[in-house]
Amino acid sequence: MLTISRVGRLFPGGVEALRDASLRLSEGDFVALLGPSGCGKSTLLRLIAGLDQPDDGALTWDGGPPAPGDIGYVFQDATLLPWATAEDNVFLPLRLRGLTRDAAMPQVHAVLRRVGLGGFEKSRPRQLSGGMRMRVSIARALVTKPRLLLMDEPFAALDEFTRHKLQADLLDVWRGAGCTVVFVTHSIYEAAFLARRIVLMTPRPGRIDREIASTLAHGPGTRLDPAYAALVAKTARGMADALQ
Amino acid sequence: MKWAPALFGLLALALWEGAVRIGEVPVYILPGPIAVVSAFVADPVGLLQSLGSTLFVTFAALIVAAVLGVAMAVAMSASRLAQAAIQPWAVALQVTPLPAIAPLIIIWVGDPFVALVVCATIVAFFPLFANTATGLASPPPELNDLFRLYGASRWRTMALLRLPAALPYFLSGLRISGGLALVGAVVAELVAGSGGFASGLAYRILEASFRLEMPRMFAALVLLALAGILLNFGLGAVGQAILRRRGLA
Ligand SMILES: Nc1ncnc2c1ncn2[C@@H]1O[C@H](COP(=O)(O)OP(=O)(O)O)[C@@H](O)[C@H]1O
Ligand SMILES: [Mg+2]
Repeated sequence: MLTISRVGRLFPGGVEALRDASLRLSEGDFVALLGPSGCGKSTLLRLIAGLDQPDDGALTWDGGPPAPGDIGYVFQDATLLPWATAEDNVFLPLRLRGLTRDAAMPQVHAVLRRVGLGGFEKSRPRQLSGGMRMRVSIARALVTKPRLLLMDEPFAALDEFTRHKLQADLLDVWRGAGCTVVFVTHSIYEAAFLARRIVLMTPRPGRIDREIASTLAHGPGTRLDPAYAALVAKTARGMADALQ
Repeated sequence: MKWAPALFGLLALALWEGAVRIGEVPVYILPGPIAVVSAFVADPVGLLQSLGSTLFVTFAALIVAAVLGVAMAVAMSASRLAQAAIQPWAVALQVTPLPAIAPLIIIWVGDPFVALVVCATIVAFFPLFANTATGLASPPPELNDLFRLYGASRWRTMALLRLPAALPYFLSGLRISGGLALVGAVVAELVAGSGGFASGLAYRILEASFRLEMPRMFAALVLLALAGILLNFGLGAVGQAILRRRGLA
């Protein structure tokens, strides 16, 4: 789907946020970008989204550059419009593409149900919990049926119970939607639980160090599965090596 | 507890009346509250008409200031060039004392009503402008990125993101500017004196002071203070109601 080759990004002021980063994304991937803060994870995500341009290297899309709506983006904060209801927040991307409310609502309601928010269509962000707001944010990213879903530490601010539930639900949504996910996190546990490919990044300058493949089978007991524990251990060891 | 302010007010009024009577203070120095109320009762229509005239100027100025303030804040938020061009002038306008420029304005603008509105607008403009500008810039960068990601035009982003985000800021600016517009209208009337509109409450105050009609002057002052308080609370309540309808309060 996308080939990122030897991309570099140098911010004014001399911060080398990325150097020589290469990565290939294929249809249906679930990639975690894992690394300590400041290693250029967000920068790489913004480059993929086209919100920022690289100083070096290139991003090559199979079949041409993405159109608006091909990419969904979820930030660390839910970043909802506080004056808009859940359904109007999810309607926003379709509205920006010129759809009328009436035409969009069936899709909007379907995606809200898919993230577990059936019945909360008319709620305002301030009436929802942090986890529910994040669900609205995910629904907003999914409503255009994107081919690529970019998520920047979306669950970092949530409590552990909510985070676990959202992680499991995200995997269901990913399987249902069949899109590619690039998920930024600084949690080894989260990366190991979610991703098929764990990409380890290191700071100063931001680099992609290595990649760990996962064959973890997901089910209700995954978090207690020795295979999960082994993957966490392997990832932690890899990260420690990379940071040497 | 709820009655404490009213009780305190009544007590103060009683003390005031008592002090004036016991001290035999002449009425042209300090009239007691009863004399002030009598002065109002003697000519309620005249005083209320004057109040109406001042409030008319106040509201006209507030509307003009709101339109100009929002328009300039939007222009500034949409273009760097506009920002560079507008900002220093807005600040200059804000730091210039109205009494210093009011005589000029009254001379330049022929029509006394328009002159008063211009003066009050100058005072009311800045909080509306500055608050709206702050509000337009308030959405987090992530939301701007999101609009960009979906290919929203600058004006679409303005209409769907920046303007709605600025609404609470605008409303609190409106409340501040309401009081300022009233002050501006009064100051302009005072500067204009008999050469001005000659019908506002400030003119009544001037007139009464020339004639040493202190009770009438106090009655006009009290009306002005009450109008200011009502204006402040009224605009506050309107703002709250709008925000509640928008689910923001
Ligand atoms: N717009 C910017 N201007 C200057 N420096 C930036 C900018 N964005 C990020 N950086 C710097 O680039 C480095 C990588 O940032 P980022 O990609 O946000 O890291 P991460 O998401 O992995 O924590 C950091 O040192 C950060 O301070
Ligand atoms: Mg980051």
